[in-house]
Amino acid sequence: MRPAFFPARAAMDLAQTFDVVIAGGGNAALCAAITAARAGRSVIVVEGAPKFYRGGNTRHTRNVRVAQDGTAPTMTGAYEPEEFYDDLMRVTGGQTDTHLARMTIVRSQELLPWLGEQGVKFGPPLGGTLSLGRTNAFFLGGGRGEINSLYRTAEALGVRLLYEAPVVAMNIDNGFFVSLTVKIKDQAHEVKGRSLVAAAGGFEANIEWLKRHWGPAADNFLIRGTPYNRGDVLRMLLDKGVMPTGDPTQCHAVAIDARAPRFDGGIATRLDSIIFGVVVNKNAERFYDEGEDLWPKRYAIWGRLIAQQPDQIAYSIVDVKSINLFMPSIFTPVTAQTIPQLADKLGLNPAALDATVSAFNAAVKPGAFDHTRLDDCRTEGLGVNKTHWARTIDQPPFYAYPLRPGITFTYLGVKVDDEGRMTMSNGRPAGNMFAAGEIMAGNVLGKGYLAGIGMTIGAVFGRLAGQGAANHVRN
Amino acid sequence: MSVTSLATDNLREAERLMRICNACRYCEGLCAVFPAMEMRRLFGEGDLNYLANLCHQCGACYTDCQYSPPHEFAVNIPAALARVRHDSYDDYAWPRPFGALFERNGLAVTVIAALSVAAFVAGVVWWRDPAVLFGRHAGDFYKIMPHAAMAWLFSLVALYAVVAMALSVRHFWRDIRGNEAARSWPQAVHDAVTLRYLGGGGGGCTSESETPSARRRIFHHFTFYGFLLCFAATSVGTIYHYLFNWRAPYGVVSLPVIFGILGGIGLIVGPIGLMVLRRQRDPMLTDRRPLGMDLAFLVMLLLTSVTGFGVLILRDTPALGPTLALHLGVVLGLFLSLPYGKFVHGLYRFAALMKYAAERRSGAFID
Repeated sequence: MRPAFFPARAAMDLAQTFDVVIAGGGNAALCAAITAARAGRSVIVVEGAPKFYRGGNTRHTRNVRVAQDGTAPTMTGAYEPEEFYDDLMRVTGGQTDTHLARMTIVRSQELLPWLGEQGVKFGPPLGGTLSLGRTNAFFLGGGRGEINSLYRTAEALGVRLLYEAPVVAMNIDNGFFVSLTVKIKDQAHEVKGRSLVAAAGGFEANIEWLKRHWGPAADNFLIRGTPYNRGDVLRMLLDKGVMPTGDPTQCHAVAIDARAPRFDGGIATRLDSIIFGVVVNKNAERFYDEGEDLWPKRYAIWGRLIAQQPDQIAYSIVDVKSINLFMPSIFTPVTAQTIPQLADKLGLNPAALDATVSAFNAAVKPGAFDHTRLDDCRTEGLGVNKTHWARTIDQPPFYAYPLRPGITFTYLGVKVDDEGRMTMSNGRPAGNMFAAGEIMAGNVLGKGYLAGIGMTIGAVFGRLAGQGAANHVRN
Repeated sequence: MSVTSLATDNLREAERLMRICNACRYCEGLCAVFPAMEMRRLFGEGDLNYLANLCHQCGACYTDCQYSPPHEFAVNIPAALARVRHDSYDDYAWPRPFGALFERNGLAVTVIAALSVAAFVAGVVWWRDPAVLFGRHAGDFYKIMPHAAMAWLFSLVALYAVVAMALSVRHFWRDIRGNEAARSWPQAVHDAVTLRYLGGGGGGCTSESETPSARRRIFHHFTFYGFLLCFAATSVGTIYHYLFNWRAPYGVVSLPVIFGILGGIGLIVGPIGLMVLRRQRDPMLTDRRPLGMDLAFLVMLLLTSVTGFGVLILRDTPALGPTLALHLGVVLGLFLSLPYGKFVHGLYRFAALMKYAAERRSGAFID
């Protein structure tokens, strides 16, 4: 018996040669699918995940960074392309293809109206995200709301959708895409196409691949997105001679609650407590300046820091003065009336933690505490000083949150040109293969992170790749 | 950091979900529930009853949620808040046992009450003079039941309903610590009459399928404004009677009849539409308890309208007497069921909207 998502008619349809085959089912994939379908091409989207988990990391996003003039009702002010470019250069330290970066930013100005035409709804940012209201357009209901709208539009345009259809092989003949093979319910099906858009994300959920660069430490990584971001399509393309780009060893890693699920914990498992207290490793020792910079700016360094600690575990410790100053967590903190009791509950050496906290408290200098700016509360004389927001940890109850590295995305990708067309390792453009989204984001974001830029790259290159694939078929 | 003293599984589940949502906050643009949640870190019973009564169960947050089932977090706000909300209707009902009785057997109880009243009215008229019940009265229904008797009977029942509902809302208001929030009534009126928060922040309800739709909003408007127009018809009739001494029956182009016809159409289209949508609703988004009180209210509104049209159409025929008895029975049954039926959702919602408007204005964080 055939499963409902793969009716008899669909099996017949797979015999045809599609104009555009899209591997992946996130923001970039759907932008490409809609663009190609609007150009009158026959399009099929093959998504490896079940319907609920469709869209990879898109389902955990919340907004898209766009240059705009501030006239949209949901935006709080203008964000000029020059400022966007400066922000990108700052976070990447120049590790970007400046031509592609400029083009991405210029074309980001089209995204608000274009996504709106595809049914995506935006809302004003509220609460704790107001600071991004000028630079980022917030999806109503978040990334899953966005992707739901794009899927509805794609379906209405006649785009074929296959779920639970991971790509297991690709037939690429000398840089020219012929077909790919998907596995549906243990059965292989060939999907033939006149062009390919690869939009299947990175390899952040592929623990074996992460281990190549991180060793056994990767066994203690938590993956913030779905388990389906395995990088299989990326691997096949690189094996077939597509030129790589981006650092193969690097991933975006933040500190998240160690009790988060192994996969797909998403945004709700983040923890904003670090700057308010101390962070110790399993030896009850501090290892980095918790007050180095404002929290959002330092968001991404703590994942890497904890990955380098023994057993990849750390503990954020605060006292009652700070417990209500950061975003509430879904996990209840470990709570105790004394530091040694807290250590006992955490499985740390009580004497060692007591010594660490006592030494920290003794080194705290007087200052005017203000967690909204780089204040003058600091320690002096410690091996690892805390340079801002240093307040003594001495008022019970004491609270601790266990932390582990949470992997968001990887940087390795395929090289593309300004049409979204892949570049082969001999430097020549691929005949009919395009890429969009995280699988090529490393061209623009070679390092670091800027909130919402993954969605910008995905939407801009999704449209380019969809148009490029459509044009190729016409020619 | 959690409230451990919550009394029921439904409250504990809602609290678990509120902690997840409060750490995520992606849904803050969808309705009033999430901004209200963001003003809190802890969720006691009063907070949860307040949030539950802000929720329209439109389904937008479920469709948009990255943590809804089959995710292991199993976040399902529409269903969890529906359970808390329905429990709260029980808890706040006055007298309380009536709430439980109606929740289980709402439709049967209400229909039996209506038929009993109708039989009683018809019986009394018959007993006094059988000819009156089946006589031709040229539309003058006061010949069947004198105006004074009708006014007294309905005033008493209405008074009972008003007192019972006032006590219920007062209980709710205290639990959610409404305090000074009643000053925000103008904003709450605006939000209520426009159904501002029904429909996922503009996307529409996804209660029946993943495709947002305005149908629930439309049928609710038919019902709500139909109800108001019928109320207006009765009020104008009362004013005509007492102030101007203009006696019923009124002509077809008179205000009471025009209001009544328009309202009656609303009360046929609206309740039928809502009942159909109720059947189509994704079971994942619902309480899954059989809610007699839901259905009872819709059925009684529909019957009120249908029997009302019956009186209008048959008023020159011998069928007027029995039809009028039936109509009066249905209306009295509706009145009696108001404090225990779905009608109360509007009262609690309105109270919650007043509190929400006040909270938004003060911008204060509630600890």
